[in-house]
Parts: sequence; C-alpha cells; structure tokens
Amino acid sequence: MLESRKVFFYLSERKKHVTKARAGKSVTLDLSFLFLIFLALFLLFGQSILAEEVPTAQEEIAIPKDSVLPVPPTNVIAKDIPNDKGGAITISWERSADDGGGAKNVTGYEILRSTKRDEGYEHIGNAPPGATSFSDNVTKDKVLYFYKIRAISPTGTSESEPSALAFSKRQWFDFSRLSLFILSLIIVFAIFYFIEKAKSEKGLFIRKIAGLEAVDDAVGRATEMGRKIIFIPGIMDMDSMQTIAGVTILGRVAKLAAEYEAKLEVPVSKSLVMVTCREVVKEAYLNAGRPDAYNDDMVYYLTDDQFAYAAALDGLFLRDRPAAVFLQGQFYAEALILAETANSVGAIQIAGTAMPTQLPFFVAACDYTLIGEELFAASAYLSKDPKLLGSLKGQDVGKFIFLLAILIGVVFLTLNSVLGLNLPDLRELFKGI
Amino acid sequence: MSGEVIGVWIGAILTLGIFSFLYKDNPFYKFSEALFVGISAGYWFVVTFWQYFVPKFWDNLALAYSELLTKGRVDYHWIYLVGGFFGVLMLLRLVPKIGWLSRWSLAFIVGTTAGLQFTRYLESNGIKQVVGTISPLLVSGNMNATIGNIIIVVGTFCGLIYFFFSKEHKGAFGGAARVGVWFLMITFGALFGYTVMSRMSLLIGRMDYLFGIWLSLY
Repeated sequence: MLESRKVFFYLSERKKHVTKARAGKSVTLDLSFLFLIFLALFLLFGQSILAEEVPTAQEEIAIPKDSVLPVPPTNVIAKDIPNDKGGAITISWERSADDGGGAKNVTGYEILRSTKRDEGYEHIGNAPPGATSFSDNVTKDKVLYFYKIRAISPTGTSESEPSALAFSKRQWFDFSRLSLFILSLIIVFAIFYFIEKAKSEKGLFIRKIAGLEAVDDAVGRATEMGRKIIFIPGIMDMDSMQTIAGVTILGRVAKLAAEYEAKLEVPVSKSLVMVTCREVVKEAYLNAGRPDAYNDDMVYYLTDDQFAYAAALDGLFLRDRPAAVFLQGQFYAEALILAETANSVGAIQIAGTAMPTQLPFFVAACDYTLIGEELFAASAYLSKDPKLLGSLKGQDVGKFIFLLAILIGVVFLTLNSVLGLNLPDLRELFKGI
Repeated sequence: MSGEVIGVWIGAILTLGIFSFLYKDNPFYKFSEALFVGISAGYWFVVTFWQYFVPKFWDNLALAYSELLTKGRVDYHWIYLVGGFFGVLMLLRLVPKIGWLSRWSLAFIVGTTAGLQFTRYLESNGIKQVVGTISPLLVSGNMNATIGNIIIVVGTFCGLIYFFFSKEHKGAFGGAARVGVWFLMITFGALFGYTVMSRMSLLIGRMDYLFGIWLSLY
C-alpha cells in the first residue's frame, strides 16, 4: 500500500513536472513566434517608420519666352540612397524643355552641390543630355547638402532652383534583401525544430544513398585484400564547403578503417586540410578504441599545385594499388585523371563532389558517385547524429519552399500568358537579390 | 646554348617524362613526378609567403606600427593581430603538449566558412535558380520558348525532388525523382563532351610545345 502510494506520488509529481516543462516549452515557443512576428513586422514596415522625410517640393521657374538661355531643369529632388552603407545621395530632375533639339539644345547637365542654399555651389559631376538622375557618391554622412542642376547649351547655361536639403546616412538593414533574410530565418528555425525533434524521436527517416551504403563494403574489401584505402579530400582549402563535407566523410571512413584494422592513407594538397584531416582521423581512431593504430604520417601533404598533386597521386595509385579510393570534395581538371588511374588498378571508387563539370567524369569512371547535395547529406547519413539529421530535414523544408515557389510562380505566369490574367509575378519577391 | 633553349629542352624532356606514364610507371616518370611535386611545393610556399603573409599580415602590422608612432593610436590595423594570433596557434602543433590549441584556429575557419557561405549558397544556388526557373509553360506564338520553358521547369522541379532526403522515393514522388535523374544524366552527358573538348585544348597546347617550340617542325 505504502509502495503504491509512493508510486502514485512519484507519478503525479512527475506529471506535474512534465506539464510544467511542456508549458515552459510552449511559452518559449510562443515568445519566439511573437518575436518572429515582431521582427517580420519591423522589417516590413520599419523602413517607412524610420525613414526621414526629405522635403522635395520645387517651384517652377518662370523663364521669359524670348530668352536665349535654355529652359532650366525643374523638380530637382535629392535623397539618400536607401539600403547602402552611406556616403551617397541620388539626385533626380525633370529635363530642360530644350533638351532634345532646337537652337538652345541642351548638350549636357552639370551637377552642383553646396552646403548653403544660395551660395558656394561646386561642380561635382556631369550628366549627358536626356539624363534625369545622378548619383553623388562622395558625400559625408549627416552633412546637409543642396543640389542644383545646370543645363548647358551653345547659347548659354541656366540653373535650376536648389533642391531641398538632403543628407546621406548609413542604413542598418538592406531591405532589398528582406526576402532572403526571411527565408534564412524560416530555414534556420526549421533546422532547429527538426534537430529538437530528432533528439526526442528515435531517428528521422533518410532515404537510401547507394554510394554511402558502399562505404562499409569498400573498407571491408581493402581489409580482406590487405591493401590500402586512399582518401582524397579534393584540391581546395578549408574555406570550401565541399572540403568540409569530404573531411566529415573521412571521419566515418577512418573509424571503419580503425575497426577493421585496414591501412588508411590521406594525401592532401593544402596544409590546413592536412591539419584538419589529422585531427579528424585521430579522433576517429580514438572513438574506435584504437588510438595506438593512429599515426600522423597517415595524413600527409604533397603539394598545392593541382597537376603536380594529380601526378603524385597517379604514381601512388600505380605503385600501391589501393583496394579502395575515396574522392570526396572539390575537384577540377584532375578529376578524370585520378578516377581513370584508380580504375585502371582495379580499386573500388566512391566519389562525391558538387562540381557540375567534374561529376560526369566521376559518374563514368567510379563505382559510386555522390551527386552534389548527396555529398553534404553524407555526414548525417553516416553518423545518424540527431543534429545532422535535423539539419538535413530542415534543409528539405527549404527545398520544399523552393518547389512551392516554382510551382505557384509557373502556374501564375502560365495563366497570365494564356488567359491574360494579372496574377502576381513571384520573381518580384526576390527582385533585390 | 642560351638559357632559353636549355629551358625548352628541360620542359620538353619533363613533358615526355610525364607522358611516359601512359606506357607504364617507370623511373623516368618517377623522376619527373618527384621534381614536379618538390618544385611546386617550394614554389607555392614562396607564393603564399609573398601573396598572403607579407601583404595581408606584415604590411598591415607595419602600417599599424607607423600609425602608433605618428598618431599615437592605431585605427583598425590592429585587427590583423587576431589573424596572427590564430596563425601562431596553428604553429603550436609543433609543441605536442599544447598542440590542441590549434583546434581553435580550425574551429574558427570551419565555423566562419559555414556561416559566410550560408547566405551565398542560399542566394546563388537557391533563390537565383528559382527565379530563373519561374517562366510560363505556354508562350503564345513561340513554340521554341514554350518547349524550352517546359524542359527547364520539369527538369528543375524533378531534379529538386531527387535531392529530397527525408522522404522515400516511392509512387509519384519516386517517379518524379527518376525523371530528375534522367535530366541529371543527360546534363552530365552533355557536360562530359564539352569538358573533354576543353581538355583537348590542353593536349594541343603540349603538342604545340613539343612539335612547334621544341622540335620547330612548323
């Protein structure tokens, strides 16, 4: 009886705890949604709220009909260029009535600038006849400027009335890229959401990727044959996403090699890649419980030069006759040379790159090829780490948004074209990008 | 014999050395390969030193020092010390006891790369492709544009479906993914031919060197 009371007490306390935790989670979620909505509203309308009014009213100038001077430009408007880092003002005007022909034909415009309305105007640039705007890209931020436009003709010159005060300033946000920002937010939130989901659930589904299924076979084959596994992480440095993806796959291959006691060799072409690969391989051997089998010489530098690197690898393939060759990363013209040579010595090859021009060679010469995005998905696929699985699922949300945008955009444009409707063009959403 | 002629002869002999690989691995190839690798590694060290270390680090620090002497303060050039600090951490690998500190530099490089590339990839590989794909499927009075648009839209749509990883490729979804693979393979075929042709120009360049510059046959 006492035991059952204890159990009941425990269960009810646990229920309370869980309910509290859930409530806390939902409050956090609600707050983050409120924050998102606030942010989106601020980004959408903030510009108009924060924007400073620049008076633009201009007076028409009365010019005597019999004047030899050209009619001056009118309605000169100067305003800060939006969404920039400051230091620039755009000036627009209405062309002189004599711009386009006649005895007083305007041959060009001079742009004048001053910090005082009625004096001290300096020539800062020229505009051709027919022009109606000019960008002054050498302004000092928060300094007030007046602008005048001077029409030039063979018979003389005439100046417009000065513009209203204008000043340049640096903007905190580039609102022309708002759609990119919102899309990034959605994808980032989707990634975080699915990471949490992947942690709480048993495992998110990932479809089969044939090239990665073969990794175990390739390492096993090398072990049975007593020959080397050679892993090549591309020819680019650590600032390439493909190299990073390749190095992640190396971690899995190295762990398998350590477990199977296979011989692994990683010749690289960049010093930073060498250091990173050493760290990754060392950790993999440690995780496999074989730190004693690790040796720094397993990962070594050859040369930065693309074709010298290819020549050295070709020699290595022919002399060592590896059982398995992994080509994972960013490759260029050396791709076919490497894949063909490794193929000629009978090595099983698993390649992966996101370089469109090199993929055909890998597809033709290698046993398995990870195509583009598959290379980036490989780390999640191999490790089944909730963080990576969640981010992969989050990226799929991004792809779904793209698919939806394509579908809706194409349907709208087709209906506009066939039925003459006036449905919105979705491309306009991404105009500033 | 002038230096230029000697250079041409060395170039030609080493070219033949590399070409000898087409027959089989041999001492001539091994010599050319070792020379190529060794010289290029040394060459790239010098290039890295003069194109990165000196202008990006040393010169900027020298500027900071001169600012300190003339103005009594350093404007922003001190920021290069951060890069120098991470560089020193990398060199600590030579000291096994504190070699782990080099991981900070690696973490910095990998992290900033991932962060910086996020928007670039989203923009160039995502949004711009979507904008380029959105087009009407029927263009009245223009059959070529209609066919072209259909190919682009169907190819992109199905290709994108192939790269969905969290959904099994079954049924209509799987069918669309298979169409996507066909489009990919046709594209690879076209790219294969195109790239092979550009590789031929490399071969022609070498042949021109051997027969034109070295042997002066034409």
